[in-house]
Amino acid sequence: MVHPILKLVVQRVALGILLLLAASVLIFVGTQILPGDVAQSILGQSATPVSLANLRAELGLNDPPVTRYFNWLSGVLQGDLGTALSNGQDIATAMGRRLGNTLFLAFWAAIIAVPLAIVLGLISVRYRDRWPDKLISGVTLATISVPEFLVGYIAVFFLAVQLQWFPSIASVYDGMTLGERLYAISMPVIVLVLAVLGHMMRMTRAAILNVMQSAYVETAELKGLSQFTIIARHALPNAVAPVVNVVMLNLAYLVVGVVVVEVVFVYPGMGQYLVDHVAKRDVPVVQACGLVFAAVYIGLNLLADVISILANPRLRHPK
Amino acid sequence: MRRIPLAALIGLIFTGAYFGAAIFAPWIAPYGMAEVVGDSWEPWSSTHWLGTDTIGRDLLSRMIWGGQTTIFVAAAATLLSFSLGSVLGFTAAVRGGWVDQILSRTVDLMMSIPSLISALVILSVMPVTLPVLILVMGILDSTRVFRLSRAVAVDITVMDYVEAARLRGEGQGWIIFREILPNALSPLVAEMGLRFIFAVLFISTLSFLGLGVQPPMADWGGIVKENKEGIVYGIPAALIPAFAIATLAISVNLVADWILNRTSSLKGGRGG
Amino acid sequence: MADVLLDIRNLRIEATSYPPGEPPRDVVLVDDVSVAVEKGRVLGLIGESGAGKSTIGLSAMSYGRGGVRLTGGQILLNGREIRTAGMRELRSLRGHEVTYVAQSAAAAFNPAKQLMEQVIETSLSHGLMPRAEAEARAVDLFRQLGLPDPENIGKRYPHQVSGGQLQRVMTAMALCPKPDLVIFDEPTTALDVTTQIDVLAAIKRAIHETGVAALYITHDLAVVAQVADDIMVLRHGKMVEYGTTEQIITRPSEEYTRALVSVRGIEHAEKDPSVEPVLRVQNVTARYKGTNFDVLKNVSVDLPPGQTLAIVGESGSGKSTLARAITGLLPPSQGRITFAGRELSRELKARSKDDLREVQMIYQMADVAMNPRQTVGTIIGRPLEFYFGMSGEQKRVRIQELLDQIEMGRGFIDRYPAELSGGQKQRVCIARALAAKPKLIICDEVTSALDPLVADGILKLLLNLQAAEGVAYLFITHDIATVRAIADRIAVMFKGQVVRYGPKSQVLAPPFDDYTDLLLSSVPEMELGWLEQVLEHRKMESAGN
Repeated sequence: MVHPILKLVVQRVALGILLLLAASVLIFVGTQILPGDVAQSILGQSATPVSLANLRAELGLNDPPVTRYFNWLSGVLQGDLGTALSNGQDIATAMGRRLGNTLFLAFWAAIIAVPLAIVLGLISVRYRDRWPDKLISGVTLATISVPEFLVGYIAVFFLAVQLQWFPSIASVYDGMTLGERLYAISMPVIVLVLAVLGHMMRMTRAAILNVMQSAYVETAELKGLSQFTIIARHALPNAVAPVVNVVMLNLAYLVVGVVVVEVVFVYPGMGQYLVDHVAKRDVPVVQACGLVFAAVYIGLNLLADVISILANPRLRHPK
Repeated sequence: MRRIPLAALIGLIFTGAYFGAAIFAPWIAPYGMAEVVGDSWEPWSSTHWLGTDTIGRDLLSRMIWGGQTTIFVAAAATLLSFSLGSVLGFTAAVRGGWVDQILSRTVDLMMSIPSLISALVILSVMPVTLPVLILVMGILDSTRVFRLSRAVAVDITVMDYVEAARLRGEGQGWIIFREILPNALSPLVAEMGLRFIFAVLFISTLSFLGLGVQPPMADWGGIVKENKEGIVYGIPAALIPAFAIATLAISVNLVADWILNRTSSLKGGRGG
Repeated sequence: MADVLLDIRNLRIEATSYPPGEPPRDVVLVDDVSVAVEKGRVLGLIGESGAGKSTIGLSAMSYGRGGVRLTGGQILLNGREIRTAGMRELRSLRGHEVTYVAQSAAAAFNPAKQLMEQVIETSLSHGLMPRAEAEARAVDLFRQLGLPDPENIGKRYPHQVSGGQLQRVMTAMALCPKPDLVIFDEPTTALDVTTQIDVLAAIKRAIHETGVAALYITHDLAVVAQVADDIMVLRHGKMVEYGTTEQIITRPSEEYTRALVSVRGIEHAEKDPSVEPVLRVQNVTARYKGTNFDVLKNVSVDLPPGQTLAIVGESGSGKSTLARAITGLLPPSQGRITFAGRELSRELKARSKDDLREVQMIYQMADVAMNPRQTVGTIIGRPLEFYFGMSGEQKRVRIQELLDQIEMGRGFIDRYPAELSGGQKQRVCIARALAAKPKLIICDEVTSALDPLVADGILKLLLNLQAAEGVAYLFITHDIATVRAIADRIAVMFKGQVVRYGPKSQVLAPPFDDYTDLLLSSVPEMELGWLEQVLEHRKMESAGN
């Protein structure tokens, strides 16, 4: 007898893979079938018909779309993301380092943002509708209302230019120590933290409040338990799942924020790479980056789902 | 008419001012959109209230013209996402069955890729023009409107009064427009405010990345891009759009909150 | 008064209400109520929703739910004032001296913890007894409360036991720390009537054997009469009447109490069954899409014109599903439904306008049965427009006639549903059904959500309208008293089947089948000692078998 949780998790993972596959189709279709001609965009308006035809043949644009998709997909599955049109480099190689840089940035942003958001969420709940709650909610509303790149420049203006605490450009290179590297990315990390903190804190607050208002917490209060016992033994075990869920969803959001923040701080990561090649209309790179971003995003959402399943006592202890 | 709370009033005034400035830009802006009138990055003065930009254009005029573009593109995208998302969302809720399945799964799929990434992928092969931007933003954002309007409509369709209308033999038109819509309106209008803000942020981000509104046209994201080098020299020109976007976003938020509160409960009172 | 345990004097309770779009204002929930409970006695607090009975109950723990404030009076527990006591003192008495049993045990238990942990939690946290002793006591209590497998049930999680069992576990949880006083807040209301009687008996036995004092809160006077020594009747946050159970049941002095005691002041003579039926349901079987389980199995009933057929059953018996099959919302997989001599098509969409017009429906929750954005005039006027093409003055006159018929003033025509009381809302729904000039009205639990006095008014109105218009009612309910009051014919449903069917006089008279016997004997009667009689009777029967 297979445990129902295992069955559900397997189902969810299979669904995630299916979704990723469908997303790859969507990305492929979006770049190949829309009324833009890749060859035309590479060579520009002045291209001769002959050179256009040559390039089309070279890129395999004359094959039927389905064939092209499967060629691309089988390449991707073998780790071959193709070569960039603009400079002929192997995409997988070029992307590898950048992906590492991006994950490094996202990791440190998450390390700071997650505990901070949870603590602020808890403070908000503890002092609900009193001034600490209102202050936190006001400040986070402001950070949500300003796009990441503007938060970036505001931070640069004050922290890097006026106060000169941090470098305004996050340049990293080989041979840096961890400390140097962390100092270099301090500004983008601050901005990313500000960008996700608002959403994460608000959703955490809502999730905890939901648990605190449940009937079983009232039961615990009517048992005369101490505030600490109520929170530690009755609220927390039930709040973990929704909070972890919130965190995961916001980490997925962070992945998108990275794109803009990297451009602001000229950080050599995936986002910068994607934006540069969108401007150059380098379709294979855009496809590859799009797929990687989609995979991370879908993966984090999947993880959130799986954690909710694992944390559900109804599923963990079936009838 | 009940009294308007202070927060909503402030929101209404600011929102109105921004929209007014956008509509009447040609009459309000002291200089032309691309007119070079001074040195680069002149400080604030009586002739140039907000100073000049990187190539000596009047920044206040750029902000007003840019506001026009930003607000116009965002409003058009919101209108598109709204009409598309709500019509499909209601249809999915009322029809149910395979129609609902197809629409909902498509939306799930579209939402599995972050919208900024989707937009970048599409813009890598499409010409970057205003209609394309509006279309891309509108369609990508309609997925969220779809989810909300479907959820709201599903909540309403299970109400006994909708069943009563069905049992009476009413057609789908009556059920959607007379039974569901009046009760779904307030959450949808509030959502419209949020979607508009999102569209403002979205178009600004795209322009900042150089993939939105193209120069010499002005828009708030573009102004940041043009003047970002100044920041390193302590020139805050690039931060002015930040202020504009934030105040617009917050004031629209305040109005949306007020609308939602005023007519929140479906059971409680006649609201509007 | 040496042995007074709880002494509440001139209690006043307030809360702040936040109507949308208006400034918040304070409302008084309970005003000048005094309650006393002596050691070992049970006081019943009875009243409708909004009477303030739960609020008073929780005040015995000096607890205000969700912003409710205890603003005046004294609450003396074991002689000391607790209304103004500090948190530390309150913590030491809550869960020790006073404990609480909630209406919905399913929500009141922490879903992530085993039952035993939760049952003995207070005994440990208040340092009342060591773990082993607490666990042993819990098992004893489980046994006393008639729970199956008392040794091991504590290892289960809340979702792994049934609602009725969970309610007993919660009672065990309340009794485990040996409290002086237990507050029972509608402990059996969420249960089906046949489950309720067992839980009620278990609670009563446990109270008796532990000698604990109790506040028993409920809206059902017949229930409280079985458990309480004294009863206080509350209405709109004020005391109506206070006395011993015997006095309240047999000699109520206030009119409101008399109305509660007499239940249904309606007499209704059974009509002649030998008429050609207007509705004939033959061998109807139905299931919901995507399930493989028949919710209706081979159901056949007849309803003569101008008469009332009551469909009785507990939740899940299929009684509401039968209504959905008749209206076409749930097309049956087998069987025929004949109406006024013609066969109704299974699908709602395939029915003619006249078929739709002649079968109307009234719902349990009048609140959600009317579009909150439409005026009473629009609500009643729409069928006139839709079926009869009326408009303008003609429609207005007819709406006014209908308002007269439902005994409401003509001024209501421009009101919105939110401006009406519960009873008025239900009357408007009746008018909307009548507007179609139907031959059959399906009434789905139409009085269940109403105050008994208001419900009486609605039933009388329905009977008058039947006499005047000759309309037939298919009356779906779980309430036997209502059935007695208005039915001509009765069908008892159980697990999707009709287990007993016929004229009222036959269905409600012995000999009974097993289920009807169980159902009828489980309905609490307004009689002292009823519970013991039933249990005694059942014991004898099972011994006889």
